[in-house]
Amino acid sequence: MEHSQEFILFLVTLNQMITVSVVLIFAGLAGLFSERSGIFDIGLEGKMLISAFFAAAVSYETGNVWIGMLGGIAASMVFAVIHGVTSITFRGNQLISGVALNFLASGLTVVLGNAWYQKGGQTPALSGAARFHPIELPFADALRDVPLLGPIYADVISGHKPLVYVAFALVPLTWWILFRTRFGLRLRAVGENPASVDTAGISVIRLRFAAVLIAGVLCGMAGAYLSTSQGAAFGREMTAGRGYIALAALIFAKWRPWYLLMATLLFGLLEAISNLFPNIDVFGLFTIPVQFTQALPYILTVVILAGFVGKAVPPRAGGEPYVKER
Amino acid sequence: MGSNAAEGRQATAASSTPPAIELRGISKAFGPVQANKDISLSVRKGAIHGIVGENGAGKSTLMSILYGFYKADAGEIFINGEQVHIHNSQDAIAAGIGMVFQHFKLVENFTVLENVILGAEEGAMLRPSLAKARELLGRLAEEYELSVDPDALIEDLTVGHQQRVEILKALYRKADILILDEPTGVLTPSEADHLFRILRNLRDEGKTIILITHKLREIMEITDTVSVMRRGEMTATVETASTSPEELAELMVGRKVLLQVEKKPAEPRDVVLEIEDLKVTDENGVERLKGISLQVRAGEILGIAGVSGNGQSELLEVLGGYRTASGSIRLNGRALDLSGRHSDGQSRRAAGIAHVPEDRQREGLIMEFAAWENIAFGYHNDPRYNRNALFMDNAALRADTREKMERFDVRPPIPELAARNFSGGNQQKIVLAREIERNPDLLLVGQPTRGVDIGAIEFIHKRIIELRDQGKAILLVSVELEEILSLSDRIAVMFDGRIMGERLPHETDEKELGLLMAGMQNGEAA
Amino acid sequence: MERMPRWADVFLVPFINLLLAFFVSGLVVLAVGEDPLKAVWIMLKGSLGSTAGLGYTLYYATNYIFTGLAVAVAFHARLFNIGGEGQATIAGVGVALALLAVNWPHWMLALPFAIIGAGAFGAFWASIPAYLQAKRGSHIVITTIMFNFIAAAVMGYLLNGPLKSPKTQNAESLPFPPGTHLPTAHELLAPLGIEFSKSAPLNVSFLLALLCAVLVFLLLWRTRLGYAIRAFGQSESAARYAGISSVKIIMITMLISGALAGMLAINVVMGEQGRLIKEFVEGAGFVGIAVALMGRSHPFGIVLAAILFGMLTQGGFELLWEMPNLSKEMVLVIQALIILFTGALDNMVRAPLERLFLYLNRKKRAA
Repeated sequence: MEHSQEFILFLVTLNQMITVSVVLIFAGLAGLFSERSGIFDIGLEGKMLISAFFAAAVSYETGNVWIGMLGGIAASMVFAVIHGVTSITFRGNQLISGVALNFLASGLTVVLGNAWYQKGGQTPALSGAARFHPIELPFADALRDVPLLGPIYADVISGHKPLVYVAFALVPLTWWILFRTRFGLRLRAVGENPASVDTAGISVIRLRFAAVLIAGVLCGMAGAYLSTSQGAAFGREMTAGRGYIALAALIFAKWRPWYLLMATLLFGLLEAISNLFPNIDVFGLFTIPVQFTQALPYILTVVILAGFVGKAVPPRAGGEPYVKER
Repeated sequence: MGSNAAEGRQATAASSTPPAIELRGISKAFGPVQANKDISLSVRKGAIHGIVGENGAGKSTLMSILYGFYKADAGEIFINGEQVHIHNSQDAIAAGIGMVFQHFKLVENFTVLENVILGAEEGAMLRPSLAKARELLGRLAEEYELSVDPDALIEDLTVGHQQRVEILKALYRKADILILDEPTGVLTPSEADHLFRILRNLRDEGKTIILITHKLREIMEITDTVSVMRRGEMTATVETASTSPEELAELMVGRKVLLQVEKKPAEPRDVVLEIEDLKVTDENGVERLKGISLQVRAGEILGIAGVSGNGQSELLEVLGGYRTASGSIRLNGRALDLSGRHSDGQSRRAAGIAHVPEDRQREGLIMEFAAWENIAFGYHNDPRYNRNALFMDNAALRADTREKMERFDVRPPIPELAARNFSGGNQQKIVLAREIERNPDLLLVGQPTRGVDIGAIEFIHKRIIELRDQGKAILLVSVELEEILSLSDRIAVMFDGRIMGERLPHETDEKELGLLMAGMQNGEAA
Repeated sequence: MERMPRWADVFLVPFINLLLAFFVSGLVVLAVGEDPLKAVWIMLKGSLGSTAGLGYTLYYATNYIFTGLAVAVAFHARLFNIGGEGQATIAGVGVALALLAVNWPHWMLALPFAIIGAGAFGAFWASIPAYLQAKRGSHIVITTIMFNFIAAAVMGYLLNGPLKSPKTQNAESLPFPPGTHLPTAHELLAPLGIEFSKSAPLNVSFLLALLCAVLVFLLLWRTRLGYAIRAFGQSESAARYAGISSVKIIMITMLISGALAGMLAINVVMGEQGRLIKEFVEGAGFVGIAVALMGRSHPFGIVLAAILFGMLTQGGFELLWEMPNLSKEMVLVIQALIILFTGALDNMVRAPLERLFLYLNRKKRAA
């Protein structure tokens, strides 16, 4: 079946959108768990970065991308534990802790990368079993000829790497955990009013640590995806502000899983467009410079934060360390 | 000391069944402050036991220890004759203790059901727990007059209903002992009556109830036995029937209290403050003031009585310049702006209004600032405190602070000490010194003696009356009826954003005011 | 009663935090197979051992004083300005425009205009997040981060477009007129008979930084505005009661903060580069956070902390030469750890110390 140039371009854009949204979904869900429990996390960026580095390094050393991913997750969890200790155990400033972890990640990845591989902070390129490969969904080829939906299934939905499907499956799973399980009820309660949880005889500290560690795992997957799935090596600063974009998507989504999916897809679409069409010519009148397209996600984020698009009310106990009081 | 008189009638637990609760030698210190000193207490099963004491007497600390919120430094706890070790709330719940805190521990945007099961779920999934809780709530509603809509969000409920949710939470956890900390502070009298009916029902079912309060009327009305605490010590435990409010008051304070403040009759002159049809709608669109009109004359104290949360705070905020409103306010005949640039605290001060706010720690003082910095608070633009257009005159400020501290007997008289290091009474004196010595035309006073020790209360009351005698207008807001009755020259009662009526203190009594505070006009049935 | 003597609060706690940060940094150095003590020695020698090293150390310190003050002023109003990086970047444009507009005959004439340009542009870049915080309640931490990214894009656009020098392939502006050259330490000290390295970029901006520190001190603790800023930062509800406008305080504080961050462009763009280049801020905006935390948001502490961080930066470059396994990003690691220990883990050190002092006090009273 023949398709017009525009339709193919459309499919390519959608495909790109999904590819680049995945990091944002993982990171956004990480932020969702953490912030729903009342712990602000601007260290998503740093956790992803350190994970991307270790995932690539461990994959390279072992030649097995799955072990690599575990390495990335472990590194991200270490950062999550630090964030938990500072903001939960010692009731430190959660924002400052996040900032520190982001710097620590940018410094540590280059220092270690340089010492180990002498490539200016990069890891060697990954190939074969050391990186993820696309999965063909069943009947992709057979259904390709079905009008409209066929190509979308075959070229947009099918043919991604495993973590992509994991990310999309995590959205309903997160919703279910939050709103249908005991753990979810307690998690939401501790982010709204930790005293209610404490007086019910449940440990605020343990719940919040659980949430922060889940965020660690999810950021770990995001980082692993970046360096072993979307890319094929670690490059310095390869997260490039995606942690902050994920944070913005979370605010846009009002801390809800399904809205988060929409928000991350929107931001993914923006990134895809700026990758595919750097200089956009507007009816021959003027050209939108590439820098504008690149800055657009950040500008939109500010617009969203300014509350011009609905009001986002964060969990009420967010950012405040819990201190017992009568 | 009055405790000797009470010792002869010490309440003794029935010897057949062990007491529901027995505390032996409980002590607890917070840093240098000894909050509980060697406290022993025994409460028999199926009784309503009251614990009275002033603010800071150690009542809440004691109950928090019983509920596992704090760990006692020394002492033992027995429940139904068996020693228990309570390390956290979970242990307390397991021992059958439930607690209703003064500030509710509810998740505002959860439903009643979700709040009830939180922490006491049946399994990992929510559905079965919710179903079970729904059924139980239905039963409890009938049994104890505890009806609440199980699917309502907490934030949509009245305070009285929120309190019921707290009681339901405890009952859902099978509590046999229920502790209530100042439960009526936020309730209207009729809500309080309903609460007392619930408590009696619970007692009749064999539950043991501990009621912490500082209101003697409640103790006399509902308790079977009562303990008095003073400065961290348990001074007496007696049968309620064998005591009187006067005796309890004496035990609480440690000496006879002069409830009546000495003052000359007021000599009201010109109208200073004139409020007409004042309306306030808050951030959430709720109407907080529904058309208030009142007058305050020079040389008189207008007392505003009411249960807290009925619009008094909003009234003070509007007058203080930090809440917008509609209607009109005139000060000495000149209209004040109720919104826009000239409705801030600075403009109000310039117009001659001084304000002792209800919450000195959140509003009246910067707790981390030194006393001398706090003396300028709100008046930092005053030329007296400024050397020139740029710089403040810190030396002048310190000198002024030292003088004010002396005149208002602030202890310790050290201007460099941070506000948080002063006691509640001395903090209040700092605020009062700052505001009164401005020589304002109108003084707004909110809860002047909340969390203030007895000695300071007398001092503060005297100062307020002195200012009145100098011919100033004073608007007093207090939730303490006694304070209103003894200080005011006229009393206005607020309920639900309205003035329910005005009375003269010598022509009314607590009962009549109480009815007005509950929203009932004269002649209406309860 | 005070929990801890003042000296312990102001000096002992930060000192222990610093030691912990250095200790963990030492572990990282060990991990990449180098000797931490040797690294310390190299850094000390490299940053203080010669007038060239000292010149670089103080040059970096100048930047950090500016950005540290910027963060600290905002801290006093309980605003967390992470946007120093972007504000300094945009301030560079202001400096460039001021210096390229006129063929300046002498730096004394050019400097005031460059300062105005840097301050105005830096303040402008801070004003938008400030306005959104004050009026719309948007979290200033997130918006200032976003504005860092936007600033980088703006800079990229300008230096590849309107401001690009036609004479080179690089993304940079035309060189500034020779009359705008700021005297370096070498030129200032030579007439006094003091020999100072010619290569070091230290210039009169250092004196400007010290002046700013004094001005910030006076502002915060001697003026009505500073009083209002600190009161607002301590308690927003109390400020409302006192009639201190939150909008006004947030706006003014952030304008001052942005202008201070912008001063960095005087030191780098005008003092060192002599033209506008793309990434001249080099993370100094972020270092300002560490400097402000370390210096307890007090100008005196900030000057000391800035010099310490100047030593780290300069020493870090020296490490590159002598220890091939270490990169200059090691400095970033040290900075991150200092932020972590002084900013977020403060209670870890403070709580046990408070208990210790309480115990000592009791003993003293008992004796």
